[in-house]
Amino acid sequence: MIAVADLVVSYPAARSNAVDGVSFTSPAGEITALAGPNGSGKSTIVRALLGRVDIIRGNAMIGGDEVRALAPGALAQRMAVVPQREETAFPMRVRDYVGLGRYPHLGLWRSPAADDERAVDNALAQAGVVELADRTTDALSGGEWQRVRIARALAQHAHALVLDEPTTFLDVAHEMAIFELLASLARSGLAILLVSHQLNLVARFAHSIVLLDRGKIAVSGTPNDVMKADRLESIYGWPVVVTRDPAVGAPALVPLRRPLKP
Amino acid sequence: MRTFHSYYWIVLAAVIVAVAMIAVANGPVSVPLAGVIDALRGVGDPTAVAIVRDLRLPRVILGALVGAGLGASGAMLQGTMRNPLAEPYLLGVSGGAAVGAVIAFALGALSEAAITLAAFAGSVIAVFVTLAVGRTGGRATRGDLRTLLIAGVIVGAFANAVIMVALASAEPNRIRGALWWMMGSATDATWSRVAWLAGSVGVIGAAVIYWAREIDVLALGEDTAISLGVDAERAGRRAFILAAVLAASTVAAAGLVGFVGLVVPHLARAMGLRAHRPLILAAGLIGGALVVAADLAARTLASPLELPLGAITALLGVPFFLVQLRKTS
Repeated sequence: MIAVADLVVSYPAARSNAVDGVSFTSPAGEITALAGPNGSGKSTIVRALLGRVDIIRGNAMIGGDEVRALAPGALAQRMAVVPQREETAFPMRVRDYVGLGRYPHLGLWRSPAADDERAVDNALAQAGVVELADRTTDALSGGEWQRVRIARALAQHAHALVLDEPTTFLDVAHEMAIFELLASLARSGLAILLVSHQLNLVARFAHSIVLLDRGKIAVSGTPNDVMKADRLESIYGWPVVVTRDPAVGAPALVPLRRPLKP
Repeated sequence: MRTFHSYYWIVLAAVIVAVAMIAVANGPVSVPLAGVIDALRGVGDPTAVAIVRDLRLPRVILGALVGAGLGASGAMLQGTMRNPLAEPYLLGVSGGAAVGAVIAFALGALSEAAITLAAFAGSVIAVFVTLAVGRTGGRATRGDLRTLLIAGVIVGAFANAVIMVALASAEPNRIRGALWWMMGSATDATWSRVAWLAGSVGVIGAAVIYWAREIDVLALGEDTAISLGVDAERAGRRAFILAAVLAASTVAAAGLVGFVGLVVPHLARAMGLRAHRPLILAAGLIGGALVVAADLAARTLASPLELPLGAITALLGVPFFLVQLRKTS
């Protein structure tokens, strides 16, 4: 479980705090979504979890320990992260790439054992990319690459999985496939913390949504609590209506076109 | 991507041994291969024994060590910086060493040890200046190792300016020595110099191989590296310093031997290697063979005139590199 309490983060020379008193939990077995407009502090929270920004006040806990107090290797055994951007400098075989997810579990000489090979096999299967194992990372489509990155995170055998915008640039089918994969991973007991712009998908898949606005929580709760037209309109500064997804009844956001001027 | 088979190691080892044997056998006085083996054992013609043992063997081993150090250093830096154009000389190593050596020449230092020491000191100072410049950015850029690359280029440019000023104000007869040094040469190979270089390449090489797995992770970018439990900033700095000191010791031993650190890692990757432990090892072997071959060419092509080693490595390396580039694209 990831628990963030009264977290304050600010960047040097910035006038206001990037994250300003945010609290939420991301429990095991659930997808928790961090949503909000650009610059609302979503990615900064991920950076705080990784220890890449200085926490001014409050704390971020993982499995009952503060992330700042954990050694990098110990943190990596508890939390796997799929960052927003990642490019392999030199293309490599998918299997070897996923194998790097075992790094925090390797011994002093850092050479993989039979257990690690098994973990890689399982991660490839879980993410549905077994058939890509012998391809090179530069020969993958956008959707394949995202699944392979998730496989790398799964090989890490952490209890919590953090993903920053995992479906950017993906078409509808690949986007849905990634969300279905995350839902099944949550069912298997992982705590999933998902940063996403895709409010409609998040409303259908996440158990709870933390909606951020300028570093503060605007509203958080179940998708039904959060997806209210008036609130979303003021946060995003755009007229919207909220309807229902015809299949599962989840709330769905429709941004409106501006009326044509006569 | 080509698959790297384990028998490639045997091929690589055989190539470097063969190149070394040919290099020992050839020169102003040729020694037949059988004679080389006898001379190595200390039997046979005393002149051949002296040529092989005292002149050619130290030179060949020095060349191999210089190439191995530069190849390994380049492989390490390209992975750490996630940049196929990274090479040790881009980090201020060569510029700093040249400044040290040229200042020593300009001041009239004659002893070989003084110039070697000045070159080594110059490159180490340049590397630490590069590190300091790379850290002046805010926290947001500090973790970004690519800032170091820019810092290295800037320190290198500054070093070039210092060299030009030093050369312009030096006595003409001292300029030639300084220029010759800057073109790279294994001419002054002595066993004591070989021993020093072997020691530093051995020790730093072992450290590099030990930490090579960290570079595999660093090559995925800082965020991913941190999420996998690697302190990206510290690991990057460590890799940078190891690679720089490795290159600096080769520069102190043989001057500036260009292009090896850039091209050799690509040749090793073309064999299908990606993980940095075998990649760095292979880059060391290929680099060693390349420099030994280049040094053989430098002293035989225009004999009795000796050509600058640094130019020959580039002349050999560039076509080789272009062929590889065509094959992969």
